[in-house]
Amino acid sequence: MDLLRFITAGSVDDGKSTLIGRLLYDTKSVLTDQMDAIERASKTRNQAQQTNAPIDLALLTDGLRSEREQGITIDVAYKYFQTPTRKYISIDAPGHIQYTRNMVTGASNADLAVVLIDARHGVIEQTKRHSLIASMLGIEHVLVAVNKMDLVNYSESVFLDIASTYKLLAESLKINNLTIIPVSALNGDNVATKTTQMTWYAGESVLEHLENVQIRQGVNVADARFPVQYVIRPQTAALPDYRGYAGKLLSGVLKKGDEVTVLPSGRNTQIESIEFGEKEIGVAIAPQSVVLHLKDNLDISRGDMVVPTNNQPILSQDIDTIVCWMDDRKALRVGNKYVLQHGVARVRCVVKAIDYKIDVNTYEKNSAPNELLLNDVARITLRSATALPYDSYTQNRANGTMILIDETSNITVGACMIEERK
Amino acid sequence: MKNRGVNEDQQPASMDALDYLEAEAIHILREVAGQFERPALLFSGGKDSITLVHLALKAFRPGKFPFPLVHIDTGHNFKEATDFRDTLAQSLDEKLIVRYVEDTIRTKNLQEQTGKNATRNWLQTFTLLDTIEEFEFDCCIGGARRDEEKARAKERIFSFRDEFGQWDPKRQRPELWDLFNGKIQKGENVRVFPISNWTEMDVWNYIRREKIGLPPIYFSHQREMILRDGHLLANSAFIQKDPDDQIVTRQVRFRTVGDMTCTAAVESEAVLIDDVIAEIMATRVSERGETRIDDQQTEAAMEDRKKGGYF
Repeated sequence: MDLLRFITAGSVDDGKSTLIGRLLYDTKSVLTDQMDAIERASKTRNQAQQTNAPIDLALLTDGLRSEREQGITIDVAYKYFQTPTRKYISIDAPGHIQYTRNMVTGASNADLAVVLIDARHGVIEQTKRHSLIASMLGIEHVLVAVNKMDLVNYSESVFLDIASTYKLLAESLKINNLTIIPVSALNGDNVATKTTQMTWYAGESVLEHLENVQIRQGVNVADARFPVQYVIRPQTAALPDYRGYAGKLLSGVLKKGDEVTVLPSGRNTQIESIEFGEKEIGVAIAPQSVVLHLKDNLDISRGDMVVPTNNQPILSQDIDTIVCWMDDRKALRVGNKYVLQHGVARVRCVVKAIDYKIDVNTYEKNSAPNELLLNDVARITLRSATALPYDSYTQNRANGTMILIDETSNITVGACMIEERK
Repeated sequence: MKNRGVNEDQQPASMDALDYLEAEAIHILREVAGQFERPALLFSGGKDSITLVHLALKAFRPGKFPFPLVHIDTGHNFKEATDFRDTLAQSLDEKLIVRYVEDTIRTKNLQEQTGKNATRNWLQTFTLLDTIEEFEFDCCIGGARRDEEKARAKERIFSFRDEFGQWDPKRQRPELWDLFNGKIQKGENVRVFPISNWTEMDVWNYIRREKIGLPPIYFSHQREMILRDGHLLANSAFIQKDPDDQIVTRQVRFRTVGDMTCTAAVESEAVLIDDVIAEIMATRVSERGETRIDDQQTEAAMEDRKKGGYF
């Protein structure tokens, strides 16, 4: 059985948490005690507001006290459910602009993004921002759920208008796998099952789409990249010379006997054997976590990368990258220094240039600003203290990502997707 | 069962959902080893931490673990679980550190809860934070899962704690792709949860697949129980009896293993792991809802404990 990770994106009150709540409820993934708990919480809240609303399914994912108090989502919530077809990890992201970095956190590992749009408001700035992030992160599939159709009398023309606006936007973002579905998360229309309210819609429900969509078509199987995470050296009487290089194969395939090069030193050797769980295996595939043994006794430590001799990544100190800036306290400026983490390697780096900033509304490249503030998306040029073995994000996602860490606060402040160097 | 990578014919194995979760967890454990100077693995003798130990074997053997196993013993644990804990650590020849809540209560003159549903659950935090200070642990690996509880559903895999051990759910560090940032100042601490993305069923299926041993209390056995408010609690000296309690003998198993004072059993005839899995699949009540009385005290019980430095 395979695993699909999807994120719900979109603006505040577009119904992201309610949609996930509905999916959980309709796939019978909400257990009785959890249902009792949100029923109690709904009642308490309704009494306070003197309304008589039904059970609020959004409470299934809004797990923090302040989220429940304010009725908003602050940070990502992970929920798990399963059908006979697939296991799902649903990632409920916050809609508020100030919590965009939490949305990026959730989106970075998603196979599919569900972008919600309130049918009454259509495509708004936050729809555009989240779609931009989904496209930059290269999320394979985008499902647009035009929500609250019940509040626009299930109108086909409202739906078609929004759909055509979004299609234009998707085109400019190069989102290729796009599906648009009219739903009411509150009533469950077209969420787990097809509704009778919108006979004009012939497509799939949200769940049907999740069940059928082909995922991980874009995984890089060609370029083997193995960063050494940890060196296993028991140094016991029984195993005095054992030296195993433990790590996760980021992409591609490695086999016993492969000619490999260790970067950054550039020394060549051969794979003597591959181990998993203390058993020898002939082949490792990404993203397996294995142990490599090499023919020659080289000086290899954490952060070095083993790659096929005939298929090597770029090895350079100069890096062009798209960055999502995530620090709400300090701006990114040219000349600033950060700790750069690429895979398991950490080096210092300096910002050489801010090349352009992307306008989240028009997707136009604005000429270089002086600084980047929270939630800005831009292309920057970095220089690292030592050469890093990287690929571009589009070529090989697993080896094309980096984070920037503030040197004093130690907070993760930048999410980077490496660009092809011209 | 799918081929899990041990193949002689040189064909790449395919990975199923459990293989992905296993690979992710091994990667996380090795990141701990690479990023921290003095990590520890919190080990209680329950199924989730036993699973962590098994994953650590896959991550580090034939080498030794780069961390000790640490148990914060409330003194109210099931003997079967602590026996299992001791035997496992010994058979693996790994270092086990046990610190007792009882000692903290005595040296710090802590006030214990009293009354019917009194538990030492909250007091564990004091002993845990003292133990972290004593050994200068900069990272504690735990077996918590996001599907367990709504506050845990929000927590990062590398969960930063300040110098007081506190979790700040409103200012969590971004956590992108598989790039984990464990950089901290001295005195701060990171809690790491390698099986964050596993569900209860994943853990059980993995235990079955890998033939991992568990303490006998996870399987059906006859035991003298206290029937209280619809819950079955193991009869022990640690529980203050209430006039409404009934003492009964039942065929039970435990779905989770925490303190005897706050862990309820389920009635069950399931002796084999397949039967246990079938029963859990059929149940309509969540793991913690069915068995953890401590979570039911307030709506945000877990969030509050975590903010205070709990696991």
